[in-house]
Amino acid sequence: MSNIAGSKSSLQWVVHISVALLVMLWLFPTLGLFVSSFRTADQISTGGWWTSLFPAEQNLTLRSADPDDAGAQMLIDGVYVVEGNLFSDGVDATISVWGTSSRAIDTYVPGDTAEMNDGETITVQVNGDYVWTGTQEMSGRGQRVFATSTTPPEFTFKNYKTVLFGGNATDGMTKAFFNTLTVTIPATIIPIVIAAFAAYALAWMDFPGRALLVAFVVALLVVPLQLALIPLLRLHLGIGIGKGYLGVWLAHTGFGMPLAIYLLRNYMVGLPRDIIENAKVDGATDFQIFTKIILPLSFPALASFAIFQFLWTWNDLLVAKVFLIDATGQTTVMTNQIVELLGTRGGNWEILSTAAFVSISVPLVVFFSMQKYLVRGLLAGSVK
Amino acid sequence: MHPALQGIATIFLGVGGCLAYFYFSNQFIDKVLFPAKGVNAGRNINRANIVRPWLFLAPALFALSLYLAYPVFATLWYSLTDRDKGDAFVGLANYYQMMDDPKFWEALKNNMLWLIIVPAASTAFGLLAAQLTDRIGWGSIAKSMIFMPMAISFVGAAVIFKLIYDTRPADANQIGVLNAVWMQFNGGVGSFILLRALPAVFLAFLTVGSLWLATTMIKGVSSFTAVLRSLFGVVLVAVAVASIGSVYGVFTATLPYGKPQTWLTMPFWNSILLMIVLIWIQTGFAMVILSAALRGIPEETVEAAIVDGANPFQVFFKIKMPQIAGTIVVVWTTITLTVLKVFDIVFAMTNGQWETQVLANYMFDKLFRGNDWGVGSAAAIVIMLLVTPILVWNVYNVRKEMR
Repeated sequence: MSNIAGSKSSLQWVVHISVALLVMLWLFPTLGLFVSSFRTADQISTGGWWTSLFPAEQNLTLRSADPDDAGAQMLIDGVYVVEGNLFSDGVDATISVWGTSSRAIDTYVPGDTAEMNDGETITVQVNGDYVWTGTQEMSGRGQRVFATSTTPPEFTFKNYKTVLFGGNATDGMTKAFFNTLTVTIPATIIPIVIAAFAAYALAWMDFPGRALLVAFVVALLVVPLQLALIPLLRLHLGIGIGKGYLGVWLAHTGFGMPLAIYLLRNYMVGLPRDIIENAKVDGATDFQIFTKIILPLSFPALASFAIFQFLWTWNDLLVAKVFLIDATGQTTVMTNQIVELLGTRGGNWEILSTAAFVSISVPLVVFFSMQKYLVRGLLAGSVK
Repeated sequence: MHPALQGIATIFLGVGGCLAYFYFSNQFIDKVLFPAKGVNAGRNINRANIVRPWLFLAPALFALSLYLAYPVFATLWYSLTDRDKGDAFVGLANYYQMMDDPKFWEALKNNMLWLIIVPAASTAFGLLAAQLTDRIGWGSIAKSMIFMPMAISFVGAAVIFKLIYDTRPADANQIGVLNAVWMQFNGGVGSFILLRALPAVFLAFLTVGSLWLATTMIKGVSSFTAVLRSLFGVVLVAVAVASIGSVYGVFTATLPYGKPQTWLTMPFWNSILLMIVLIWIQTGFAMVILSAALRGIPEETVEAAIVDGANPFQVFFKIKMPQIAGTIVVVWTTITLTVLKVFDIVFAMTNGQWETQVLANYMFDKLFRGNDWGVGSAAAIVIMLLVTPILVWNVYNVRKEMR
């Protein structure tokens, strides 16, 4: 068997590298959105997000303080002096080379003293500190310094403040966030209750037409949502539900039903027959068996479906657009809000990326915390 | 009432109402309608047990019938009527009108491309990821990273990829990765290898691979499966012909080096770029299912092959692949269903402009922008027709399994 072990290890490093590449390729897009949401509009438009992870080298035109400002110019030992820092407060940059003319921006290194005409000199340090001296009183605007500087990566929470607490109706996601939540929670819980009873009947109760009903559910599993839009919108408008939360809850309940019944039935069929028969012998009614035995045992399947339905309703755009969002726009959900931002603020990546990240953060949290149930549900839910 | 309060009230009313319905209806048949006592006790118990399943099923059946079964027939009916003429029956007029619309044919053509490329690519990547991650220690972490896009909405993914495809003027820094990479190409040796030789090799592989698959498909006894297989084989031959034809084009095309491209406005390629979004999302799904199938393969078969001197590729293609063929079909059909319904990605990224239209978005467009319910319904029926083979196949399988 030694040759088997040998052939495995010789390929192993190829496997490691391929998987690493694949994972990087798959993470890269989301990472781009995540990083962009922490950058200012200026930063986003001047360079790709991948450059922001490393210190950036830029050529800057900086200016010393105005010598005419009160207190800026001091007379020390017969020499007029202006002192200060070229960078504004809080900027943590380092200068590598600098110059005093736009045609020669790399004449001096930090610490050098530049001699200018009319006897003025200027000394610039690595961190931007400068000393500008003159034999006569200086006037006019501050001295220009051309510097090549390196700024460390810089990130901001400002975008999140704008998007979450800005209070602006078009950019704000707060209302849309709560609207989405309002749509999602009832649309996740109600189908579970209805489907669980039906799944129990299809799994454990014997009646004519059961196999046919299972086939019916499987058939409806693949019916495209698109077919339901016009008739149901007409129905909702006809019976007075109109466009609104009630309509979208009902629609999601209906659309989620086939998967719910199919998943739960598949799971319940696999539960041990003995338990149910023993309970029946002991005189338990079907209702009691269902609530006391089946429901607690089916928790993993219930969780699987709940995650599916949650992700699907949270991420949905079409159903919300058709059944919920009316002309007033008061009931907009996050996906719709983002599509509208794409239209109105297509170039404002700081707003867009932040809004999108707010909307995908909740599903991501759910995904990572309940991945086990999601995988289990996927395995049970795909028609074999 | 505030919507959030309304939501909480709905949860209580909905859940409480359902539970109350189930409890009281059971009580009703057990205590009032068919009491299990008196002279007819035995007969009553039997009757109660005949009725009870339908009590349990009633709400679900109601929801299923009203929200999914009824609309199929209603949409079919609407596609044959004209709303402006007071819902008068107009026969196939809506279908004729739709067929005169070049946008419809564009959508149908694009949908066919989507149907071939997305399931194929997602399944292939999923299989690759499943096979590779199963062999290493940190495989489960890698898996959950590749699986993660499943949780991201199509709209969120559209924003993510719009950033990747972003275009800036030639003299500015490119902020979209695709253009940033594109600007690195200058027509030299590297560009030749990456943009001409490599695609040509890939296309050659695709040609050989699909021809090989096609020969394995077009054979077998005459049955329902054989028809499906030969249909699939014909598609594979078409793919092979198209890819061998493109090899020449790869070498002769003039590529605009050094100019940033507005990717989403380039016909054909923009559709491919939209497909990449869905492939990115669906690969995780394919990986999870296929990985479970790979683990389910009996160890002995693999060990026997290795003892007989099979190399890893032979083990994979000759031993493992045939054993997970059924699962591959399941993954393929499930992704096909998702592809047929794809709406959000196209709606958010191009809204069907620049020849990226697909059926679901075409239908939405007719419905809510054109306000033409007849043609919209007809488009929905076309989607339904495309889904029908899978529907029949699934029902056939479930019936077989239940017997």
